[in-house]
Amino acid sequence: MSWEFLTIYWRDMLRFVRFRIALVVSLIQPALWMALYGAAMSSNLSRLSSGLNLPAGAASVSYLTFMGAGVIALTTLFTSLFGGITLLFDKNWGLMRELLASPMPRNHIILGIGLSGVTKSFIQVMVIMGFGLLIGVRLFPGYTPIQTAGAILGVLLFVGIFSLGFLFLSSAISMSMDTPEGLQAVITILTLPLFFASNALYPIDAFPPLVKLLSQFNPLTHLVNGVRYFTVGQDFYAVGIHYVYSSSEIMISFLALAGFAVAMFLIAWRVFQKAVVT
Amino acid sequence: MSQRIIEVKDLEYSYNGFKAVDGVSFFVREGEIFSFLGPNGAGKSTVINILTTLLPVQKGSVSIAGHDLAIEPQAVRRSIGIVFQDETLDRDLTVKETLELHGRIYSMPGAERRERIEEIIALVELEEKRDVRTRYLSGGMKRRLEIGRGLMTRPKVLFLDEPTIGLDTQTRRRLWEYIKRVNDSGTTIFLTTHYMDEADQVSNWIDILDHGKIIASGEPATLKNALGSDMIYLDTSDNPSAESLLNGLKSVRGIKSTPQGLAVTINADGTRCLPLIMNRLQEKGISISSVNLKKPTLDDVFVHYTGRDIRDAGAGKLHRLPLPKGVR
Repeated sequence: MSWEFLTIYWRDMLRFVRFRIALVVSLIQPALWMALYGAAMSSNLSRLSSGLNLPAGAASVSYLTFMGAGVIALTTLFTSLFGGITLLFDKNWGLMRELLASPMPRNHIILGIGLSGVTKSFIQVMVIMGFGLLIGVRLFPGYTPIQTAGAILGVLLFVGIFSLGFLFLSSAISMSMDTPEGLQAVITILTLPLFFASNALYPIDAFPPLVKLLSQFNPLTHLVNGVRYFTVGQDFYAVGIHYVYSSSEIMISFLALAGFAVAMFLIAWRVFQKAVVT
Repeated sequence: MSQRIIEVKDLEYSYNGFKAVDGVSFFVREGEIFSFLGPNGAGKSTVINILTTLLPVQKGSVSIAGHDLAIEPQAVRRSIGIVFQDETLDRDLTVKETLELHGRIYSMPGAERRERIEEIIALVELEEKRDVRTRYLSGGMKRRLEIGRGLMTRPKVLFLDEPTIGLDTQTRRRLWEYIKRVNDSGTTIFLTTHYMDEADQVSNWIDILDHGKIIASGEPATLKNALGSDMIYLDTSDNPSAESLLNGLKSVRGIKSTPQGLAVTINADGTRCLPLIMNRLQEKGISISSVNLKKPTLDDVFVHYTGRDIRDAGAGKLHRLPLPKGVR
């Protein structure tokens, strides 16, 4: 076993800590989502759904709480998709030749970037959950401290595996592109359908059939499932929809994310094996 | 005779059907400073990229420090240090971190790594900059750092691709002091440079590459001597007549017509030939507008073999004298 990927990790984290502005912005962005979009949408939705009658004893969840999981998922998506961009800069103006001409196996570059990206996502997710609790997102309702700890671990597990998949994808794209402009364009094209054809900010039940089908194959949907399961519970009402998550559904979501991560790693691996930077 | 540390045989490389390297063979002896020269687009960079494992060996064979490049690229990577032509630094790492990263990706054990980092920082005299990010270093300091980094793992061969490009004369001179010191301690140097005077001063051996082939090879002195002892540059009122007139002289070995006038290669001592030549021209009524006597430099060797100045890739082919290749 060789550990050179830890060097790539160390270097990327060093840069992360050094660029405080990027760190701060990455934390402010999800806060704005919740504070502005969340507040606006939840007052609208509560006006629209005020006439709905829920069965007696049903656990009803506010829109803000419902979208909390979505914001966690979206933030992870954005951070991870841009996580590989450093490779493009390395390739054009920096360290890439040094790395490729070294005896270090090339998949260590992918692993190192993956690991540092996951770390960044974890930091963000913890901050979002903390901030969410402050502004009234009701996470972990009625959980004991041990259950809460378990739920947080569950969230991190889902976030981690999802993040890895998109970091590998991002690394593959960054390594194949020649300009930051091209990378930006590709990532934007990827982000929008992932974002809209998912259950991050609204339920998918009322989607047109095709979009609904697509959303089933969207990793973001599976991440949101997992995060909602761990943060809100397995049986609740939100936005007029009855949500029931069985543990087998959650398991399937997790396996889907794991499969996605493995597939993306293989693609990134292939790109790196064939990469020529001179 | 010392050992051949790099041996390249019949190397070929094509980009989409274009043969950038067309059957190149050469070798580098252990401990020498070997210069690999050629005009832009000659195939130099392709050869270096193959030798430093950034491009695959398509055809032919390369052996470095006893390892076949195609079979044991990892062993080759461990035996070489590289200073790339373009800056290859993370601008947001400090000098020390840059070396630390290099040591780690080359799997140097911690204690050895820390010791070497201090040695290297001292060698390239960056003690005061050790905790400064590389973006704040001057061009010369960055180069020194990259050379130091190339030496971290005590490589058998150090590749220097245009190490002094874009640096001022003083900085260049200092860099050469480091490079010579490194060479004195036993590291073989593989060098490319656009500065002919540098190649002339430091190299033990020079190969010149053009159009994907080696076109000249030898010690700097041998290459220069092959051009004749001296060169006389003349501009006259009637260059074509002057050329045919001088061609008859015994001491004249060859004449090249250039846009600036005539370049006359002579066999004998130029200081004695010059009055003779000038008298002869004046006798025939050809007036001389300018004259210059020069000992041949490596620049002349380069122009002679490649038909163009090293900085001027556009010029066409000039007449070539038949010259022997260096033998070793």
